[in-house]
Amino acid sequence: MPNEIIVKAAKSGVSSPNLTDYDAIRQAFTWDAATAELAGLPGGSGINIAYEAADRHVDAGDGGRVALRWIRKDRSTREYTYRDLKDLSARFANALKDLGAERGEKVFSLLGRVPELFVSALGTWKCGAVFCPLFSAFGPEPIKARMTIAGASVLVTTERLFRRKVAPVLPDLTSLRHVILVGGGEGGHDFDSLIGSASNEFTYVDTRADELSTLHFTSGTTGKPKGAMHVHGAVAAHRATARFALDLHPEDTYWCTADPGWVTGTSYGIIGPLVIGCTAIADEAEFNAERWYGILAEEKVNVWYTAPTAIRMLMRAGDEMPGSFDLSSLRFIASVGEPLNPEAVLWGERVLGLPIHDNWWQSETGGIMIANYASMNINPGSMGKPLPGIEATIVRRTDDGVELIDTPDTKGELALKRGWPSMFRGYLGEEARYQKCFAGDWYLTEDLATRDADGYFWFVGRADDIIKSAGHLIGPFEVESALIEHQAVAEAGVIGVPDPITGEVVKAFVALNPGYRQSEALTKDILAHARKRLGPAVAPRLLAFRATLPKTRSGKIMRRLLKARELGLPEGDTSTLEGNE
Amino acid sequence: MAQEYEKIVKDALFSVAPDLEGEEIVPDETFRDQFEIDSIDFLNYVIGLSKATGLDIPEVDYSELESLQGAVAYLRRRKASMGF
Repeated sequence: MPNEIIVKAAKSGVSSPNLTDYDAIRQAFTWDAATAELAGLPGGSGINIAYEAADRHVDAGDGGRVALRWIRKDRSTREYTYRDLKDLSARFANALKDLGAERGEKVFSLLGRVPELFVSALGTWKCGAVFCPLFSAFGPEPIKARMTIAGASVLVTTERLFRRKVAPVLPDLTSLRHVILVGGGEGGHDFDSLIGSASNEFTYVDTRADELSTLHFTSGTTGKPKGAMHVHGAVAAHRATARFALDLHPEDTYWCTADPGWVTGTSYGIIGPLVIGCTAIADEAEFNAERWYGILAEEKVNVWYTAPTAIRMLMRAGDEMPGSFDLSSLRFIASVGEPLNPEAVLWGERVLGLPIHDNWWQSETGGIMIANYASMNINPGSMGKPLPGIEATIVRRTDDGVELIDTPDTKGELALKRGWPSMFRGYLGEEARYQKCFAGDWYLTEDLATRDADGYFWFVGRADDIIKSAGHLIGPFEVESALIEHQAVAEAGVIGVPDPITGEVVKAFVALNPGYRQSEALTKDILAHARKRLGPAVAPRLLAFRATLPKTRSGKIMRRLLKARELGLPEGDTSTLEGNE
Repeated sequence: MAQEYEKIVKDALFSVAPDLEGEEIVPDETFRDQFEIDSIDFLNYVIGLSKATGLDIPEVDYSELESLQGAVAYLRRRKASMGF
């Protein structure tokens, strides 16, 4: 390991970490005990995420505490107490009931970072419906695909997002019965009037610990996106992991910068901090370095959970900028999305006065699985060690299962022993795809990694063709499908190429139909087409023309080979390659 | 000159987001409020502006570049201070 280890020493005047002694707590920890720490629905009739996140605090006499401080684009703020969230989510739950939404129906959100997102999520869980967040930077195609797979009944969005992204595909969304518009407007119910006329008293549905609560969509290498199914009982893992890996204490002001349309924004933007009883910060605006340092300083953020792309954009803004902000409230910084490069970990230590704690997890795991902790030395570049309650290992796939790799520093696939509460319980409607993720008791993550002699895990790369860009997983198939809808494109292959800011950037290779010639104008036209359909987060940012694309004899585009050629890497086994340029 | 700066700004924006070509731009509204522009798009647009003008654009100035009107005014000011 080329980088120095960051040694943790106890600092005076700082609240002691929740995870004081990694080995001792790990040994004593059980998920049964962690689940027993939940309040449970009054009367002992089940578990509901919304009760744990909002009502529990009100019932415990903490209803006046600030749960959410929302920062508008103009930098003005509005606070919501735990009582506010309890009442508003009860109104939303009643409104859903009034609209005829039944237990188990799918309620989608397509929103930015606004309080109504918190209210919609909590209200959906409260009435036993299933919350399905969508990323607001998706274009119409990814939105249509996900809502169709889930059979969406209700959509909460804004008029602008509805007009631009949903209206074009509305005729295809045959299951959709109601649209609720935050801020009102044409095309749906007005959010405020809808919940304003609903009661703030709601009798909980007795959701079970193993009852579906949330769908998080994730991309596949081939085929359609997959809806990872999560349950109410997962909240035990959100609570435990937020305490251990983010070191959240009830008195903390906490800022998770993740977009609410992805799993991090739900598990640790909404659930984690509220279950612990923190004050969560939500900023409506997009990234801006000065604004972000300003928020950390003025809101006196104690714990900050962000992403490598954001950290690298802050690094780019220069080492002097943070000097003009008082960051003395900040105690703990964590990062997730793609591996955090050692330089960024050390930059945190040098420029912000705190190292950045990388951690690792996926939509399928529902919560943080491997992390660097407040009390544990950091090996910069490592994702850390498994959480208490999580057994992780490195495996090699064999014909009849997997074999465990015990030799340190040996590359293999990262695998997790099944059984933690936030583990996904299926891909909606795709049991075979779900079963393929397991070998016996091991969940196979498709992430390649190594484990060193001290038990630290190191990310190596993806085992499949999934692209990791700015913390988002992008399925090449979804991008290729949109590209070949362009009249000039005969075939398309999409890969991730390294990028200093985003980790990887999506690059498309296309072969043209007869009668079309490559040109700058055509490049722009194809990229524009892809952006309109997919949105900026998923669409390629780079495009290259090829006479033909490398394919297997069965006609599958060999993305691996496109990538090897692009990056000048060894081409590996090309025995299945059909004719190519 | 204003027209020239406007062209530079639009070219930088359209090369990042070619889907916006032909769209009407409200001059005093931010690009992000009007269009589908993410943080990475915005960064690439600023890098494009910097390349096209030869100006070194520090991060603290980025917020001035968020609208067409703001960006044109910014380029005019920076170029004027260089004696153009």
